[in-house]
Amino acid sequence: MKHEHWLDHRDNVKKLWRGFLVLLALTVVAGLVVDLHPHFAIEGWPGFDAAYGFVTCLLMIVGAKALGLFLKRGDAYYAEDQQDE
Amino acid sequence: MNELNFHPALILIAGALLLPLLRGTARSIAVLSAPTLALIALWLLPEGRLWQVQWLDYTLAPLAVDKLSRLFATIFALMALAGGLFALRQESRLEIPAAFLYAGAAIGVVLAGDLVTVFLFWEFMAVGSTLVLWSAATPGAWAASRRYVAVHLAGGVILFAGITGHILATGEVGFDRMQADSVATWLILIGFLINAGAPPLAAWLPDAYPEASWSGTVFLSAFTTKTAVYVLLRGFPGTELLIWIGMFMIFYGIVYALLENDMRRILAYSIVNQVGFMVVGIGIGTEMALNGAAAHAFAHIIYKGLLLMSAGAVLAATGKRKCSELGGLFHSMPLTTICGTIGALAISSFPLTSGFVSKSMVTQAAADGHLQAVWLLLAAASAGVFLHAGIKFPWFVFFQKDSGLRPADPPASMRWAMILFAFLCIALGVWPGPLYALLPYAVDYVPYSAAHVITQLQLLLFSGLAFFVMLDYLKRTPTITLDADWIWRVSGPAMARVFGDALRITRAGLGNDLAAGMRALAEAVVRQRRPGGLLLRSWPTGSMALWVMVMLLAYLLLYYSGNSHA
Repeated sequence: MKHEHWLDHRDNVKKLWRGFLVLLALTVVAGLVVDLHPHFAIEGWPGFDAAYGFVTCLLMIVGAKALGLFLKRGDAYYAEDQQDE
Repeated sequence: MNELNFHPALILIAGALLLPLLRGTARSIAVLSAPTLALIALWLLPEGRLWQVQWLDYTLAPLAVDKLSRLFATIFALMALAGGLFALRQESRLEIPAAFLYAGAAIGVVLAGDLVTVFLFWEFMAVGSTLVLWSAATPGAWAASRRYVAVHLAGGVILFAGITGHILATGEVGFDRMQADSVATWLILIGFLINAGAPPLAAWLPDAYPEASWSGTVFLSAFTTKTAVYVLLRGFPGTELLIWIGMFMIFYGIVYALLENDMRRILAYSIVNQVGFMVVGIGIGTEMALNGAAAHAFAHIIYKGLLLMSAGAVLAATGKRKCSELGGLFHSMPLTTICGTIGALAISSFPLTSGFVSKSMVTQAAADGHLQAVWLLLAAASAGVFLHAGIKFPWFVFFQKDSGLRPADPPASMRWAMILFAFLCIALGVWPGPLYALLPYAVDYVPYSAAHVITQLQLLLFSGLAFFVMLDYLKRTPTITLDADWIWRVSGPAMARVFGDALRITRAGLGNDLAAGMRALAEAVVRQRRPGGLLLRSWPTGSMALWVMVMLLAYLLLYYSGNSHA
């Protein structure tokens, strides 16, 4: 199986990353140009949705990790209970 | 009952009973034609209460059709069709009949015009879904099915108590809008919410669904929770508490899915998350919100079915289900990768997919109602959906590090089922008109405005950025996360053991005195039951007459003393 996919090349992955960053910038710029007719004042802030999406995701990841500190167990945790069924 | 109206649920259930008799091509044809016939029968039905049956003092309506019930019955029949196609090569011969019984019962619930019929089909659903779990025939599935059926039978008892109380209090059996203002209606609401995957019992869902076979989980994902959404839509629209229950489900699903390693359990948590959006919509209760909840249930069944089909294809091909053991599958499973990714984009509500035209109606309803906190939480939740299901699932299963696995795409029947649902995900997103026409209320909503597309893209793409920036924190570890099922899997049994031990010690402490006493009593009972003993002796008629007289006198005395007080 030496068949290589174009996604296996580092250069192509780098190009994808650049494309992605350009796309991110474009959505923010488009948001400044188009009238977003906001329902709430906070929606009118430039780049609100971009910043909000990014920050809330960071918070959700950190929150999940914090919960995981208490609730994570090895995946054989329930194994006993499955064996004696 | 004068005109000839076929009940779609009974067609599907008849198909389920017929299937075990068939083999080979005839069986395949029956698998595909039973849901198709049910779909045709459904669309030939006019609106109204079509079947009326007298039962005790009540008039039951086992077949009642309006726009809402037709919408849900349509998607359930469609799901049975695509699921049947996907499962055609399933070795278990029990699974498809069980799934059709299950799907038929779900259709039975949504076409029921009275609470008695709702309850009957509700319990049939529990039976059908448990049989689907059993057909996986693994120790894990067996253990999970016992926990699953325990939760659902308990939910059924609560629902039964509620319905009985409601009928006694109001004298009405009809299934109409209710208020959660009496014990009975609260019990009904709780019974409904248990099946929706609401807290505190939501853990039944991610515990049981991922234990089914590669095709079984596809069926399981569709019916129970969405039937619950339907009954909440019909029974309790605008109940404000539902906003907060739904919100809890949304974030519970996101957080647990972020921590999860099992690919199908990630998707199971995300079912709770998505049903949360629908429950919030029902809680908001405006026409826009209810339309949104109904549309989202319709779209959700399709993209979640698609996601679980792609996960099922991976499981069937590799036998692996943990993200930490998968990766790089795009090399050899291009079609599965594309279909799974389309499902992932749809669940994330990307423009041009079905999620975009359905979920945004709920968000819009929150904005229209000036519910800023709800709106902000829903926006954060939309970003979180992309995070936990939209990127995480395809990334860890199909891309990330190369696991070296090179399984091929699945056989034709599975491929076509995935292609059908992938097509629908995009078709509904590009052309939402037909779906909007099926919704219970007239739709006054245009999903594709420049503002909506741009803000949604910002929200999603930047949450994608957050995913890759934080990738090190999201690396999969071979772990599970404790959930409420811990209470009935570990702490409950442990407490039973502790109390059992305590009971044994106490009994030993009481010594042999009590035991000896009990033995003596037991022996006395046995002795008196032998021929000639007190209990089996033949009594002379005279003594019998004497005892009857004593009883009559006692009755007379009690009667008079009772009356003299009155």
